[in-house]
Order: sequence, then structure tokens, then C-alpha cells
Amino acid sequence: MGMNIAEKILAKAAGKPRVVPGEIAVVEVGTAVLTDMNFLPASWRQILKMHDPRKVVVVLDHLVPANEPLSAAAHTAARAFVKRFGIERFHDVGRDQGISHVVVADNAYALPGTVMVNPDSHTCGGGAFNCAARGVGLPETIFAVTTGKSWFRIGECIRYELQGKPRPGVSAKDVFLHIAGKWGAHVNQNVEYGGPGLANLSLNARRTLAIMGTELSAEFVIFEPDEAMLAYVRARNPAPFEPAAPDPDAVYKERRPLALDTIEPLVALPDTIVNNSVRVAEVAGQKIDQAFIGSCANGTLDDFAVAAKVVAGRRVAPGVRLIVTPGSQAIYRDALAAGYVAILAEAGAVVTSATCGACVGGHMGVLGPGEVCITASTRNFKGRMGDPSARIYMASPATVAASALAGRIASAAEFFAGDLA
Amino acid sequence: MISGKVWKFGDDINTDLMLPGAVMSKTEAEQARAVFAANRPGWIDQMKPGDVLVAGRNFGMGSNRPASRSLRNIGIGFLLAESINGLFFRNSVNFGFVAVECPGCFAAFEEGDTAELDLDRWKVVNPRTGATLAPPPVPDQLMSLMRGGGVYPMLERQGLIAPRA
Repeated sequence: MGMNIAEKILAKAAGKPRVVPGEIAVVEVGTAVLTDMNFLPASWRQILKMHDPRKVVVVLDHLVPANEPLSAAAHTAARAFVKRFGIERFHDVGRDQGISHVVVADNAYALPGTVMVNPDSHTCGGGAFNCAARGVGLPETIFAVTTGKSWFRIGECIRYELQGKPRPGVSAKDVFLHIAGKWGAHVNQNVEYGGPGLANLSLNARRTLAIMGTELSAEFVIFEPDEAMLAYVRARNPAPFEPAAPDPDAVYKERRPLALDTIEPLVALPDTIVNNSVRVAEVAGQKIDQAFIGSCANGTLDDFAVAAKVVAGRRVAPGVRLIVTPGSQAIYRDALAAGYVAILAEAGAVVTSATCGACVGGHMGVLGPGEVCITASTRNFKGRMGDPSARIYMASPATVAASALAGRIASAAEFFAGDLA
Repeated sequence: MISGKVWKFGDDINTDLMLPGAVMSKTEAEQARAVFAANRPGWIDQMKPGDVLVAGRNFGMGSNRPASRSLRNIGIGFLLAESINGLFFRNSVNFGFVAVECPGCFAAFEEGDTAELDLDRWKVVNPRTGATLAPPPVPDQLMSLMRGGGVYPMLERQGLIAPRA
């Protein structure tokens, strides 16, 4: 019996010929990532010995630039930490700033066929690069940084066989909302994406889908390697790696065909994501106070391009705030060069610097009591983006941008009507 | 055997509800006061140390924030859930909070019942109804961390991290 991608990567990292669902594999960690949140005094534990500083990446992302003295103190502690241990891959406020999962993608730190850990739950975004990347919480990451190891309980795997191509105006976010609405949570399961439709998803689209795997409560979310992804990684990271393709006789709990061309734009209703998706028409007309596009899931250049296409030459509705936050300063510069930032700003959007920001209810777009927001980010949980009485709808960047123009939840279909399928 | 008075929670209880973003940078004591403030205001004053949680599917979904630590800090004796989110389970192991997947638990208990958990025999009992459940055992290497205060005391003993000042 063969192995699926997650089993192959974990078996290799465990130094074993094979692993099977149910067993616990103790693995060598290829890369461990820490963020500013981890250095808050309430959380951080002082590390005395490090396994290998070359395997550690430190990224200031949740609260950058600092929004209060405590986060500033966390940043100071992180700077002292990287200096003490000689960590070279440090992303401070400034040119290299960004959300850890986006920085990891921009710089191809998530290497195909390897294991990556980070306290943050959205770490599985590295799976777009055929990396077994997993959010493990701070204690486990400190364990990995000090010992070089971690453990994983091998889960059963659901494989999505991608077919066809998303229709114009339909994004990876809609594909995710379709999966979350149709199949619900994937607790203790791995997710594998592959099949002929993979070629029709850009790397940015794959990143959105991989990041959102967290919201399926999946363990690992891993894409099959293809030449587009491998060329991207090779161009950005000289380190050697060996991608992992599934064996032809790999075992899956279930194989689910997913016809991308049948998926339509969806919205997740407030408070929970899984089993909560409806067609845009069912909530169209719902008045909004804020629209947000950003986070590790939707702060890519593709997302900027779509938002700019929708708002170009138009104005955000009076009384509505459209906030757009890039995933990294590198993406911000690319969006500037492409003219997207100017288009968005002219339409009345506020384009911020790169940070987790409003997605985590941290700063730059926190919601007040009773407000309604439509967001293209990672979560719509009660209280997530600010006051617990605020209501958060989740949709694609196109739907969010169209809603910002209308002042109400609205379909973006008209902006893509002329596009070729 | 450990036992406690049952508080029931439903499916998909996320860690934002246990540890709201607004107190993320605050002290452990301030974080503990905010547990379930959004979905069950006032609960924190009703619960008592030693009480236990019985929940539905996918308990602890969402963020990696140390919600297990808050539940431990307010004195929750243990958690039984139909299923537990993988990241929340790992944090529970690492923060020394006893969290056990126990299919059938949601229907077996009503709020206010007493739940008994025997971690040697892997048996859960409702003494009021006599219902008995057999949760799948947590592997020994994880159980010893979960019951031994978590991963930090172990790393301290190994000289890899400093004791907390």
C-alpha cells in the first residue's frame, strides 16, 4: 500500500519507511517560525539553548507597527532574541514586513517535502508549496526550536480531485466556502489537493485555499507539486529539497471530485464558517458598515487586482469603510507598481501597511458594537474583529469590493460579465 | 478517578470565545476572566474550580491562542467532547489541561450532572443515569505531558528554557 503526500513527508521526517493513520510520528522539523504575538510577556518563555538558528524564522506581523506599549515591548524582545541567537531570517517592521504565512510564501521558506511549524493556526498555508506545514501553538514551537523535533498524530486523508477552471469572478475563496458549506469540518483529517484542475489555480489562489484549510479544522493541507510551484520555489530559495507526490496506490479516507467550473460566489453567514455558506443572492441587500480585504488568506496581489478591477472609476458608498491590507510589504510594492493602490485609494478605500490587523481584531479596522462587516479574511467568529455584538459575513475579495460600492452585500457578477470563461 | 459538575457547550466552540482578542496581550489572570464572555456572559462567576466541560463536535476550533491555559487557570477539571480540534488538543497536552475525545458524551450528560473520568481504565460515567462510555485512550507519551503540567516544566528540567521569573 502506498502513501499519500502527508504520510510521505512525515515518514521521511521521522526517518521511517512508512507511517499509517493513528500512529504518532516524532519528526525532524525543517523550519520553525515565531511571530510578535509569541513575544508578549504573557506568553513568551526565555529560550536558553537553540537547536539550530538556521532553521528559525522570526516575523513581526500581528501588531505592526506597534499599536500599544505592550506590543512594542514584544517587538523589542523579538529583536533581542534574534540578535542573541544570530537568527538571519528576521522580518522586522519595514521593507521585509509581512504576515508570517505570506512572508513564508514570498520567500519560499516553506520547502516542498519538508516539515514547518509555527504557533499560528494558519500555518497550513505552506501546503500550497507541498510543505507539511502546521500551526502547533507556542509551547510546541518552543519545543521544536529547542529540540529540533515535534510530533504528529497521523490523520486520515481526504483528497480533492480538482477538475475544470473557476468561472470569471469566482475565486479560491468561493471554492473554499463551497467545500466548507458542502462537507463541513475535517477534524483530525488531512486534506490533499490535486488533479488536472490544479493547473487552473494560480499559486496565490492555492495559498488562499491552503490557508483556509485551518477553518476546515484540518491537520495538514497539502497540494500536489507541479512545475509552476517548483519553479517559483527554486527562483526564491537556493536550499535543496525533494517534493512529495502521492503514490499511485495511496490510501485515502475519501476521494472527492471537485468541478471548479460549477462553483458560484458564496457568503458565509456570521459567527461560524463551516456549514454556513449561502449564495450571494440570499443575503444581498444586507446593509454594511465596513468591508475588509486582507489577511494571510486574501492579501495577495491577485486579491488587489480583483478589488481594483471592481472599484476602478467608482466610489465606496457613503458611510461605508473599505479597508485593504496587503499580506506583505513586497505585495504592497507590487500593488503600487501595478497601479492597484492608486485605483483603490481614489475609490475611497484605505490601503494600510501589511499586518494581520483587522482580521485578528488587533488594529486598523476594529469593529464597534452592532456594526456589520463583510470580510475577505480568515474568520467570521463572534467578537473576532472587535466588539462581540458586531456581525461578520465572509466572502471573496470581489464580493467584498462590490458590497463596499453598494453599501450593502452585493454580487460582483456585473464586473466580470465581459470576461472570457 | 476525577469528577466534577458538568457545564455543557455545543459544537464548534472556537478559541476566540475562550480567549478574546481584546485580552490577548493581557495577563493570564485577565485572560481567565474573559472565558466565554461573548457567548455566555456571567458564566465565569457561576463556575467553580473542579467543574468540568462537556461539549459537542470540534471543540477548540480556530486560533492557536492559549485557550487551554485559560481553562486550566480557571480550574476546569477536564473536558469531554465529541471531537477536539487538533491544535487545541496539542495546546491542551502542552499546557497540562486534560482534554479527552469521548464520542457519545454530549447525549450522556445534562448540565448540572456529575461526570466521572477514570484515566486508568479509560471510562466515563454519569452516576445519575448509570451511562458508561469508553473514550479512546490518549497515547501514554502525550498523557504524561498532559497530566504532568505540560511541556514547559519538561523543557525547564532539561535546561532548554528558563523558569518563569
